[in-house]
Amino acid sequence: MSERVGVYVCHCGTNIAGMVDVAGVAKWAQENLPGVVVGREYKFMCSSLGQELIQEDIRKEGLTRVVVAACSPHLHERTFRTACANAGLNPYLCQMASLREQVSWVTRDKEQADAKARALIAGAVRRVQLQEPLEPTEVPVNPTTLVVGAGIAGIQASLEMAEAGHQVVLVEREPSIGGHMAQFDKTFPTLDCSACILTPKMSDVGLHPNIRLLSYSEVENVSGYVGNFDVRVRKKARSVREDACTGCGICIEKCPKKVIDDVFEVGIGYRKAIYRPFPQAVPKFPVIDRESCIYFERGTCKACEKFCPTNAVDFEQVDEYLDLTVGNIILATGYDLFDCGQLPQYGYGRLTNVFTSLEFERMCNAAGPTEGKIVLRDGVTTPKTVALIHCVGSRDKRHHPYCSAVCCMSALKFGHLVMEKTGAEVYSFYIDMRPLHKNYEEFYDRLQQEGMHFVRGRAAEVTDVARRPEEDGKLIIQAEDTLIGKQRRVPVDMVILLGALQPRADAKEIALRFGISTSIDGWFTERHPKLDPVATMTEGLFIAGTCQGPKDIPDSVAQGAAAAARVQGMITTGTVLIEPIVAEIDEARCSGCRICNNLCPFNAIDYLEDETVSRINAALCKGCGTCVAACPAQAIGGKHFTYEQISAEIEGVLYDVVRTNGGHALERVDLLEPAGGVR
Amino acid sequence: MTEATFEPKIVGFLCNWCSYRAADLAGTARIKYEPNVRIIRVMCSGRIEPSFVLKAFALGADGVMIAGCHPGECHYLEQNYKTMRRFEMLRHTLRAMGMEDDRLRLQWASAAEGAALARAIDEMVEGVRKLGPLNWSRGWSEDGGRVEAVRRLAHEHAEAVEVPA
Repeated sequence: MSERVGVYVCHCGTNIAGMVDVAGVAKWAQENLPGVVVGREYKFMCSSLGQELIQEDIRKEGLTRVVVAACSPHLHERTFRTACANAGLNPYLCQMASLREQVSWVTRDKEQADAKARALIAGAVRRVQLQEPLEPTEVPVNPTTLVVGAGIAGIQASLEMAEAGHQVVLVEREPSIGGHMAQFDKTFPTLDCSACILTPKMSDVGLHPNIRLLSYSEVENVSGYVGNFDVRVRKKARSVREDACTGCGICIEKCPKKVIDDVFEVGIGYRKAIYRPFPQAVPKFPVIDRESCIYFERGTCKACEKFCPTNAVDFEQVDEYLDLTVGNIILATGYDLFDCGQLPQYGYGRLTNVFTSLEFERMCNAAGPTEGKIVLRDGVTTPKTVALIHCVGSRDKRHHPYCSAVCCMSALKFGHLVMEKTGAEVYSFYIDMRPLHKNYEEFYDRLQQEGMHFVRGRAAEVTDVARRPEEDGKLIIQAEDTLIGKQRRVPVDMVILLGALQPRADAKEIALRFGISTSIDGWFTERHPKLDPVATMTEGLFIAGTCQGPKDIPDSVAQGAAAAARVQGMITTGTVLIEPIVAEIDEARCSGCRICNNLCPFNAIDYLEDETVSRINAALCKGCGTCVAACPAQAIGGKHFTYEQISAEIEGVLYDVVRTNGGHALERVDLLEPAGGVR
Repeated sequence: MTEATFEPKIVGFLCNWCSYRAADLAGTARIKYEPNVRIIRVMCSGRIEPSFVLKAFALGADGVMIAGCHPGECHYLEQNYKTMRRFEMLRHTLRAMGMEDDRLRLQWASAAEGAALARAIDEMVEGVRKLGPLNWSRGWSEDGGRVEAVRRLAHEHAEAVEVPA
């Protein structure tokens, strides 16, 4: 039976009509393309009047296929599919041709634009006639949600969902939740004490009946699909039984082994071999670092066990594996600080009194190794002059081209704290000042009034080689002050490097494990940079906080809450529709060669030993079509992107080509011949 | 069609997630580029069967562009690596058939690379324009071309079966 196709060419105001002869093209389609019974143009097809035009034709003209030649399908495919569905036509029988993004906006010449528009419409018309009605499958959504990473973004997401009455499993790889925010001293621009605003939220997480907290744990494996993920979590052996421990801390006090804390104290402080990262840790249970513990090293000691009043220490504990089923997953895995040693000109690691921003945060923190005193590495001398170097590793093509978003404000905060605590002179070496959120510019103004010095220019180097007597024994910052156009040498006692925020070292591995993609830099990719910032291309997987890109605390919190809201929407709906664009194996044609089996990164293809054929699990299939292209028996059909449909589109877009046969005879591709002939 | 007015017709297969979005972006940013590439959307460059490319050439396309996400950034994790492999085999086959390399191009373009995609299209159109219309008989004519073509085929074949030590 021949299909009745309607072609609708949109003016998009003058966006398309200004370059393409829309009336002419619509008329041409109706007169020349086989199958087309209606060819219309309209000012705005996406308006309700435009949609009604299509719906009326479906009803009155008995259209069985619709082609909308307008903007990109990424913009309005859903609009027109819904319009068709509302008029009783299966939404997958509607096809778009992108005249705006691919023709009118990018072509210089009107005649060429018309020709390209005709070709794209011809492709769509020819293809649409072979399209088949498809129905999405509906699957239930498990109401439990997995949150990975318990920094401020993960904490916020978990609390939002738990408060709304939903079950949350929160997995954190460190012994305590809190993330980077727990390490900070003050937060900009309000100068709230970071711990004072964070720890209440942390204890809420620890106590909430709807949150199952798995600290010192990692997600090992993820399988399944939206609404129904199977997750395996490895709960690392703490060597302390959580059911017995009261968190009294006597074990920590009695442990004779002191080690440098590279994680929480970033190498400038100590902890014991049995430790909690910080006193307000949640959960309160300590953990034994088996690599440092004397008992694990030499087989004797057990001081912690001897003094534990509840017998909670368990040297024999082993890693535990938990298999969970969850409906949605929120990744909030955070960031790493750039290794400032990669920029040797700033001397980190070589010049004693060069610090990183995280080292300074710990030093400034009253609970930190210096109890909040700002001192040089010798531990006693208070600096009289301090330099802050911005953009270390950021805005640098050799390292990270992006702006790390938080360093300008951190620098202002550090300047304030240094001046307040030590009265030292503070110099900031910046490229551009970017205090771009609410009350940030005001904070910048405040620091200018407080007398912080600002030098506009990227610091060239930090050196201890003095050229003048007043530079003796100092660190000298060499920089061009681009506002006065002069080279400057500023001698200081202490340098703080504002290192870039960079993706976690294992970000790509994590992305692969969860089946999402990353940008070139390694940040997790959101579904849409502006309109869908917390969803990912994988249904049921959401991202929040700095794992998606550098951002400050308010933004991380907002994203955590946003991700939670998205998940709650899924839980409230209760079911989710799975896109029917998947691959399907015709078992009668499958020879069981298994070529396709290894092509699927989602493990959607199973080989059935008994029947010697492969079968695709539609719920796992993401519809890429790689197996379809690979099947030597052409036994795999890719729904909505079948061989016949794509072939027809190729024929259509080449409708005007003069074919050369052996370099001699010329013939025109015959468009009157119906699409989808013998393969 | 004379060489002077020759405008190549090129079919572009673009993946839905990166390169098609790059084309969208080129549009939104009003980047002008050559109108010769007619774009067909597929979900992933991994869907592109070699026979689609052959079909396009057989129907009279003068060139084919395959575009996908950058390696490591595939929406489907790693399927563009499969495209890469198929592309090499396809190029090899087409070369053996006497086709110039510039007629088939594999282009990576992220969703942010509208300008880069437009530039690649301009480059390819310019290259194919120089080559002229696709003429399968070139290199197979009676006046000595056939010998050259056979030599080339033999060379290609030797290259293909050569096992590195």
